[in-house]
Amino acid sequence: MSSRGSSTQTGQQRPSAWYAAPAVLFFGLFAVVPMLLVVYLSFTDWDGFGFPQPSGAGNWSRLAGDGEARDALVLTLVFMVLSWLVQTPVALLIGVWAAGRQRNRAILSSLFFLPLLLSTAAIALLWRSVLDPNFGVTQSLPFLGQFNFLGDTSIVIYTVIFVITWQYVPFHTLLYQAAARTIPASLYEAATIDGAGRYKQFFQITVPLLRYTIITSTVLMVVGSFTTFDTVLILTGGGPGTTTRIAPLYMYITGFSAFEFGYASAIAVLLLALGAGLSLLVTKATGFRDMNSQQEGA
Amino acid sequence: MTVAQTATLPEAPTGATAAPPVRRRRGGSTSGRRERPNWLAGVLATCWLVIVAVPLYYLVAASFRTRQDYLSTSPLKPPTDPTIDNYVTVFEGGFLTYLTNNVIVTVATVAIVVAVTVPAAYAVARNAGPLVQRFFSIMLIGLAIPAQATIIPVYLLITQLRLYDTLLAIILPTAAFALPVALLVMTNSLRDIPKELYEAQTLDGAGPFGVLRNLVLPLAKPAITTISVFTALNAWNGFLFPLVLTQSESTRVLTLGLWDFQGQFGTNVPGLLAAVTLSVVPIFVLYLVGRRYLLSGLTAGFGK
Repeated sequence: MSSRGSSTQTGQQRPSAWYAAPAVLFFGLFAVVPMLLVVYLSFTDWDGFGFPQPSGAGNWSRLAGDGEARDALVLTLVFMVLSWLVQTPVALLIGVWAAGRQRNRAILSSLFFLPLLLSTAAIALLWRSVLDPNFGVTQSLPFLGQFNFLGDTSIVIYTVIFVITWQYVPFHTLLYQAAARTIPASLYEAATIDGAGRYKQFFQITVPLLRYTIITSTVLMVVGSFTTFDTVLILTGGGPGTTTRIAPLYMYITGFSAFEFGYASAIAVLLLALGAGLSLLVTKATGFRDMNSQQEGA
Repeated sequence: MTVAQTATLPEAPTGATAAPPVRRRRGGSTSGRRERPNWLAGVLATCWLVIVAVPLYYLVAASFRTRQDYLSTSPLKPPTDPTIDNYVTVFEGGFLTYLTNNVIVTVATVAIVVAVTVPAAYAVARNAGPLVQRFFSIMLIGLAIPAQATIIPVYLLITQLRLYDTLLAIILPTAAFALPVALLVMTNSLRDIPKELYEAQTLDGAGPFGVLRNLVLPLAKPAITTISVFTALNAWNGFLFPLVLTQSESTRVLTLGLWDFQGQFGTNVPGLLAAVTLSVVPIFVLYLVGRRYLLSGLTAGFGK
């Protein structure tokens, strides 16, 4: 009791807000300021040297009529949907499978996670070489040898989605693995007694209980689709032609190759807004909030 | 090694479902249905194993090939005449400079993140004032801001600060964008410390700084490890900030170096792959030593 009584007195001994000051300064300068700055820059002309010159809404009206930007956005949406459709089932299945504590599963999943160790640059360069039309791995294989995966404009999109899947599935697998391990075994026992088979159990117990993780993973993919481009930059540079020039890559090229940083900032703002808006939509549409409160109640 | 793994696979699912520990875990009283091997899962896992392992095998195998061997032999056969010449070439091509830069960037970024995050998380966990709590919710919004969308303003900022083409130009933004996740992980960990421990410290007459040193730092060690790993991986593998914020060879980091090797080596693919392999080795060693820490660091803030 006496220690409880002293807690009012200890209140004065708590850390002051100053303890957070370095973090505030740091995050403010290098993350919040750039966020505000990118909006400001979208209303300027800037070639990367000297100072940005205010240009009104010029960049925005240009963006509204830019066919290349529209194509890039459509391509980004296609990328997003296709890579979600490929990555989610794969990551979900492997994650649930890897959640089992069996030794062989542990050994195999430690291999599955290996792509996580490679940098984007390493992954993209590795795949360029694997898919090389003259000396690559695919070239030496039956059937696959007939394709030029990075040069054929009709299949390069799928190639890029495949490489991105290879790169990111292990991360999402990790999320699903961790979440699947929190599902109580008693639920499966009860279902087995009720005569539910493995697939029924998967769809009626595992998937519903992993909804929270599915949404987290989906939101990360949505935001990523609208902002990540480093893999594509190294893998194809957006080519051949503009077949894989997704919107964030278009933003990068407009800025750092064409030196139209003002216009590129307008694209960046649009992408940030779209990414944020879509993830909000995903969380709203799937009843993320209700679920959250359910979890707290449980 | 890859071949051996593939060979053991077909029986893996069978063993998995029939193994006694599984039955015990799920309650041994149930019907024999559990004994049935999960073929679908087994087949899928095998496919994925092939997709993951073959390129990695090719990467390592090709890095030990001579160029003639690379051009003439099937890429999936083991090197006919293994050589370390490619690795020698890589080290002669500026790799050590890039490696040193990478180490500096990674260590400095981790140091900044830990030094800034621990006191901030301490304040968030122990100071209920509106100022600190508002700061925390702003930081959480930062979780959703991807660094890649802000490279243009970051570039402007760095050039205005006259930091362009220095290692600091990479370190500062990399650290800033690692902060939200680090703060979230650290705050959650400090909130788990029982109130009584804080109060006991205060009764002993320790001020806030004393509590930070004597109580928070020792108990936060696992969380510090997690955020260090998370930050270190981001810094080690970072590509975009170095690409946009540096240009000369003396400030080049590994990821950019790899890209550069590609141009420099031209058709010397084994050389390039040796460089790629070398860039992964430090992280791979970390993975072997502390897989648990590495994986928890990777999903820091997004897992449960």
